[in-house]
Amino acid sequence: MTAASLILATVALPLLGGILGRLLGFHSWLARWTAGLAGAAGGLAGLALAGELLWQGGRAAFEWPWFDTGYTLALAVDPLSAFFLLPISLLSAVTAVYGASYLGASHGGGHSPAAGSPHGADPVNPANVGLFAGFLQAGMALVLLAQDGLGFLVAWEVMSLAAFFIIALDDAQAENRAAAWIYLVASHIGAAFLLFFFLYLGMRAGDFSFEALAGLALSDRARRALTLAAVIGFGAKAGFVPLHVWLPDAHPAAPSHISALMSGAMTKTGIYGLLRALTLVGLPGRPAAAALIGLGLVSGILGIVMANAQRDLKRLLAYSTVENLGIVALGLGVGLWGAATGQTVVAVLGLAGALVHVLNHALAKGLLFLAAGVLVQATGTRQLDRLGGLLKRMPGVAGSALTGAVAIAGLPPLNGFLGEFLIFLAAFTGLVSRHGESTVPLTLAIMGLALIGGLAAACFARVFGIAFLGEPRTAEAAEAAPPEAPMALAMALLAVGCVVALLGVAWSLPVLGRVVTTVLRLNPLEIELELLKAGVLLRAVIAGGGLLVVLAGFLAVVRHQLLAGREVGETPTWDCGYAAPTPRMSYTGSSFAQPLNDLFGAVRGGGEERPRLAGLFPATARFASRPGDACVERFYEPVFRRVETFFQSWRWVQSGRVQAYVLYIALTLLFLLGWNLW
Amino acid sequence: MNMVLEALLVFIVLTNLLMLGSSRLGVYIRAGAMQGVGLSFLFFTGEAGWPHSHIVLLALVTMVVKGLVFPSLLFRTIRQAGVRREMEPYVGFTASLLAGVAAWGFALWVGGRLPLPGVIRSDLLVPTAMFTIFTGLFLIVARRNAITQVLGYLVIENGVFTFGVAVEAATPFLVEMGILLDIFVGVFVMVITLFQINREIEEIHMDTSKLAALKD
Repeated sequence: MTAASLILATVALPLLGGILGRLLGFHSWLARWTAGLAGAAGGLAGLALAGELLWQGGRAAFEWPWFDTGYTLALAVDPLSAFFLLPISLLSAVTAVYGASYLGASHGGGHSPAAGSPHGADPVNPANVGLFAGFLQAGMALVLLAQDGLGFLVAWEVMSLAAFFIIALDDAQAENRAAAWIYLVASHIGAAFLLFFFLYLGMRAGDFSFEALAGLALSDRARRALTLAAVIGFGAKAGFVPLHVWLPDAHPAAPSHISALMSGAMTKTGIYGLLRALTLVGLPGRPAAAALIGLGLVSGILGIVMANAQRDLKRLLAYSTVENLGIVALGLGVGLWGAATGQTVVAVLGLAGALVHVLNHALAKGLLFLAAGVLVQATGTRQLDRLGGLLKRMPGVAGSALTGAVAIAGLPPLNGFLGEFLIFLAAFTGLVSRHGESTVPLTLAIMGLALIGGLAAACFARVFGIAFLGEPRTAEAAEAAPPEAPMALAMALLAVGCVVALLGVAWSLPVLGRVVTTVLRLNPLEIELELLKAGVLLRAVIAGGGLLVVLAGFLAVVRHQLLAGREVGETPTWDCGYAAPTPRMSYTGSSFAQPLNDLFGAVRGGGEERPRLAGLFPATARFASRPGDACVERFYEPVFRRVETFFQSWRWVQSGRVQAYVLYIALTLLFLLGWNLW
Repeated sequence: MNMVLEALLVFIVLTNLLMLGSSRLGVYIRAGAMQGVGLSFLFFTGEAGWPHSHIVLLALVTMVVKGLVFPSLLFRTIRQAGVRREMEPYVGFTASLLAGVAAWGFALWVGGRLPLPGVIRSDLLVPTAMFTIFTGLFLIVARRNAITQVLGYLVIENGVFTFGVAVEAATPFLVEMGILLDIFVGVFVMVITLFQINREIEEIHMDTSKLAALKD
């Protein structure tokens, strides 16, 4: 197949599948699998395209004069878009298959997992989800393939609005409506900045094609303003703090496979856009690079701190996404710092680390959201503290989820640590090079990254431990059944993907050279050399991790041998010698997280209701705490309340009298008439 | 010929002032009807003698619709609703007349400055059109009664019509016919709606200020 037909298949298949699936809406099974298989086929086409471009190099293009309007729809793949196409296509394909099966359960089961919530009054029509999932997938592909500002903005809107419609589909619940609304506002605030970015460039160049835009000579001030606009506009999609507020609301509202797609893939288009913007306006200077490092640190630390405080599984995963995108921003910042100070090694490794983390986060977070979907479907709740003991009930899911949790926490020997390792490597290299000004930002980056890594490990130890280990805390958790085969298969595929990514990245790191070259514009040979050297180090670390795994296996075998032939007693978890243990005695997610929550109480928001105990025999008392978001509580809520008060004071304008409305129109027209004739 | 044209224009201006200063719904409807008939005669004031047959047709249709159909529809409505006077207008009748004089001044100023295609046959034509439009707007804004609102709408349309005559060459026949059909359907729907509202909610009595109760 030629590259052009692959491009066409990547975009058109999910779109056609979604529309056809909607037309077949009268038959649930047919509708779901039409959309699902078409989405999977589109994803595979995208994978083939991305793989070919990454490993063969070059550039594939597809042009279509747009219905005699003078506009030519130009789609092309260069190494940068090919790299982002890889995780997005993979995740699209896997979630499409998962979704086809997942959405079906909403008809059979008592609750409505399509909404990710057990309280849905009427289930969401799977054909509608399939339709918008198709648009979302096609929109994301178009964002990556667009070769001009106009096409990019249109694709961006298609993607954003498709996600909005999916979030809003289950509109029976007020919280979902609010989530959709917040998402819409956030993404359009971002889009406004992008509009400014592309319109300004397009106005100056007289043409919207990326080639023309990249060739512009810009003043320093214009470049700074444009870089800022790009960081805000794309950062809103990527979920940088404080623009992350839509994520924790939107992800629980969407069906789980769409949450996986949004979190794993759609947020990455923000990173792609940022990199693409940098290729257009040029690399920023030191202040901007340092600011990006700071942004990454704040997003990473606040993200994981707030994730740790959450009890809703999908909200927790959403905050974890904020954290991981923070790590990506941190890597980008370190890389740009290296470029701004002329340290090639730092630049190449920082950027490569960010890119690798994009890939790994897509795989691991996709996997975890799919696992969350299974748990929601099986137990009817997203509350972590109502799960437990699921390891024995669904071992396959537990294995996949464990893989995802280890990967996302950045623990060797899985793929998650690769990107962080490269960023560490970049920062340490910069530090030891004794470049004076680099000390502060790079030290901060190293310390922050280490803190994030530790907190992430604690957070996911909690998620996995509370959900899968111990005894079930509710009857629903006790009766949980394993998912259908396609869903289990999708998760297993992503788990395998994590392992493949581990080996693939370590052994073919130089492939990234082409991607890095498009952004950094340094000598490709030099870049490849640095990546080769880093690859050797990565393999050494993997070998070390592998050794640990072998050692653990060896110990397990030894244990098995020692215990062979003896009587092994089994007793409930958390038995601890109690006469009548109940699961309520075991650690809850909140109690597990309490020390860390107390430590970061000042920055994480939320509140507690603490009873006052008095006297020798205090009355029955109740303690309650709720997780919160410091940015929402301290910034957005006061600001939006003031905006609302201001507009409320203008309500008298809407008097309800026809005469007044006609008067407004008449006065406006007379004013314009007089003004024009003056 | 120009004398006839200007006499007609003065007639239209006077009907406008009559509507501004009157409180009786019957006077409104009659003045509106006379204005409509006066308008249809504007077509016959061209310099080139007897106009084309389709212009004659247009004038006749205008005359019938504005002089006979609308007034009878509106009279029927006020008879059924039992409302005869405009009560408690937002702007009093004397003040309305003064506002009308000010609007005439503004219309003259606009007429002097508005760039238009082609030759305008009379200096009064554009100001009269503007004045009629302003009067219609004013009637809608300053009066409560629903019948007056419909009349205000009709008067605005009369102004647009006068304007159409002023730039005769630039407005095709089809557009004029389209506007006429539009206004016909508009008045028809409005009258029916008014009748229904009045029947369903007795206490409204064609007083549009009561409709504010329907606000969210």
